[in-house]
Amino acid sequence: MDATDQKRLLREMLFARRFEERCAEAYHERQIGGFLHLYPGEEACAIGVLEKAQTGSDYVVTGYRDHIHALKSGMDPKALMAELFGKEAGCSKGRGGSMHLFDPDVHFMGGYALVGGPFPLAAGFAKAIQLRGGQEISICFLGDGANNQGTFHETMNMASLWNLPVLFICENNLYGIGTAIERSTVEINQYKRVAPYGIEAAQCDGQDIDIVMAHAEKAVNYVREQRKPYFLELMTYRLRGHSMSDSGAYRSKEEVEEWAQRDPIGIYKRRLVEAGVVTEDEFHAMDKAVQDEIENEVVRYAIECPEPRVEDVTRYVYTEGGNNHG
Amino acid sequence: MAELMYWQGILRAHDEEMARDPLVFAMGEDIGVAGGTYKATSGLFAKYGEQRVIDTPISENSYTGIGVGAAMVGARPIVEIMSVNFAWLAMDQLMNNAAKIHYMSGGRIRCPFVMRVPGGTAHQLGAQHSARMEKVFMGISGLRVVTPATPRDAYGLLKSAVRSDDPVVIIEHESMYNLKGEVPDEEFFTPLEGVEIMRPGKDVSIFAYNISVHWALDAAKKLASEYGIDAEVIDLRALKPLDRAGIAASVCKTHHAIIVEEDEAPVGVGSEVMAIINEECFFDLDAAPVRVHALDIPIPYNHRLEKAAIPNAGDVIAAVRKMFGR
Ligand SMILES: Cc1ncc(C[n+]2csc(CCOP(=O)(O)OP(=O)(O)O)c2C)c(N)n1
Ligand SMILES: [Mg+2]
Repeated sequence: MDATDQKRLLREMLFARRFEERCAEAYHERQIGGFLHLYPGEEACAIGVLEKAQTGSDYVVTGYRDHIHALKSGMDPKALMAELFGKEAGCSKGRGGSMHLFDPDVHFMGGYALVGGPFPLAAGFAKAIQLRGGQEISICFLGDGANNQGTFHETMNMASLWNLPVLFICENNLYGIGTAIERSTVEINQYKRVAPYGIEAAQCDGQDIDIVMAHAEKAVNYVREQRKPYFLELMTYRLRGHSMSDSGAYRSKEEVEEWAQRDPIGIYKRRLVEAGVVTEDEFHAMDKAVQDEIENEVVRYAIECPEPRVEDVTRYVYTEGGNNHG
Repeated sequence: MAELMYWQGILRAHDEEMARDPLVFAMGEDIGVAGGTYKATSGLFAKYGEQRVIDTPISENSYTGIGVGAAMVGARPIVEIMSVNFAWLAMDQLMNNAAKIHYMSGGRIRCPFVMRVPGGTAHQLGAQHSARMEKVFMGISGLRVVTPATPRDAYGLLKSAVRSDDPVVIIEHESMYNLKGEVPDEEFFTPLEGVEIMRPGKDVSIFAYNISVHWALDAAKKLASEYGIDAEVIDLRALKPLDRAGIAASVCKTHHAIIVEEDEAPVGVGSEVMAIINEECFFDLDAAPVRVHALDIPIPYNHRLEKAAIPNAGDVIAAVRKMFGR
């Protein structure tokens, strides 16, 4: 990877971090409502994996912690922020909110609130790809907690049985809300749980984007060439609470501090500085530029664009012409 | 008489029942160490230990089924589902097993199973976190379904549910856990059947349940002071089985009926109450009964659209005024 791409990746992770922090502020100012699940600490997962996918043509689906997956899939950050502000110009026209981002134009098939719900959807996208022919694959990002849902086991079996081109990415951040993984799960190494279904799998560090990309490349190529499922577990950590209403009090200070030392942006930045790809000064300038862009372009847009019209409240329940037949 | 919050009423009922009977146990996501999303089980883990206060994996259908199985052989589970939206995943065990086993076994097996679950719309939680499912549960033969509208009933209904030998679903409300109200200091039980007259009146019967009881009470106050209409507010409270005689008695007195529900109208609580009024006291009516209800749409994220979708006290007042032409 050349220096230009390395700098771009660093900037993307920084953008993701600052974007989420700005969302938290907007939530405190009550410009964003509902449930808000943020991604700081986990940036290398979505950005590293999707760097190796064909975003725009491969299908991507995830849960409620979906902002960065949407961005890296190609969603316009303005459309994303406008959605969080509940605006008509939002990616879901203000009807969805943080947990329900959609952009089918770039094959970002959504964020979903119910844990485990996207597993079969992802396999369904892969089934359609299989019927249509073509080289696309389906990529499903979910947490460790989701693997205790029946849909996980049922979908793994069918995806393998029917050779569906779907890549399952498990973002293992060691907790499902306040419950530590050892308290909910017998086999804590998630990648081992798909072995009985005959699915190839691996586990790797999710904090170092170079490691994530190396594993993702292998995984994506496998699914694309073999037309079979693959399961990749990324070991990661969320630096904030589960959502804005969770302080994360169930985790020790030491544990959080230890993971903060392994912040994916810090790791990558140090590497690039050591390699002479960026200087400290350039990094700070980049950070400033990112924050300015978010404030002056993204947030301003979200504030200024209009709300949906109340008269349109029943629009989209059905398709137009949904009663056609024959 | 102490003033308690709704969640404290639920907690007190758990505590008393668990202290009395070692076969009473609680299970659900984040109810133990974390004390429950709404604190309704806080402190119980420390007091009763992990055998009786169980943090479950995210496996709704199967832990519900484990509760049902335990109940069939004599234990007394109180299963909490974090949100009614996730109870859809547990419907198989609830409806195919819990609800039917007593009848299907010719009365030989009892299922003293309790499910507690918050429902309703809160603030911009989006379509997958805003379900109101009373009508779904009350459509299932063999279940008992109750909805506490006050801290007193949050306590009293859980007490009765744990003692009942039938499966009972208690539908609480996301927005009511911090509601305050008087709860008698001595132990008591709210009956699992029968309506409760919350405010006697002579002009119109306003039927409500769960959070809509509060809209009805607010409306009744204003109807009396500003329009000279004396409304009787009835908390249906037990939705399955419904108290036909209680409904009819009020309508025979006032000759006017309004039903207020947070849910959409089709196939709903209001439809059922209307059918009962039709069957029991058609000739006592002075006006056609009216339903006040939500729009028939998935609940939107945008705050104005959300507000437009859900009824409130003002809508109740408008409906009564229209009925009386005032
Ligand atoms: C079916 C269902 N059950 C419960 C919940 C409540 N809930 C939301 S997120 C979550 C934890 C999920 O943990 P994990 O899959 O590890 O994802 P993470 O949030 O850690 O990324 C739970 C229990 C839900 N949204 N859906
Ligand atoms: Mg997790």
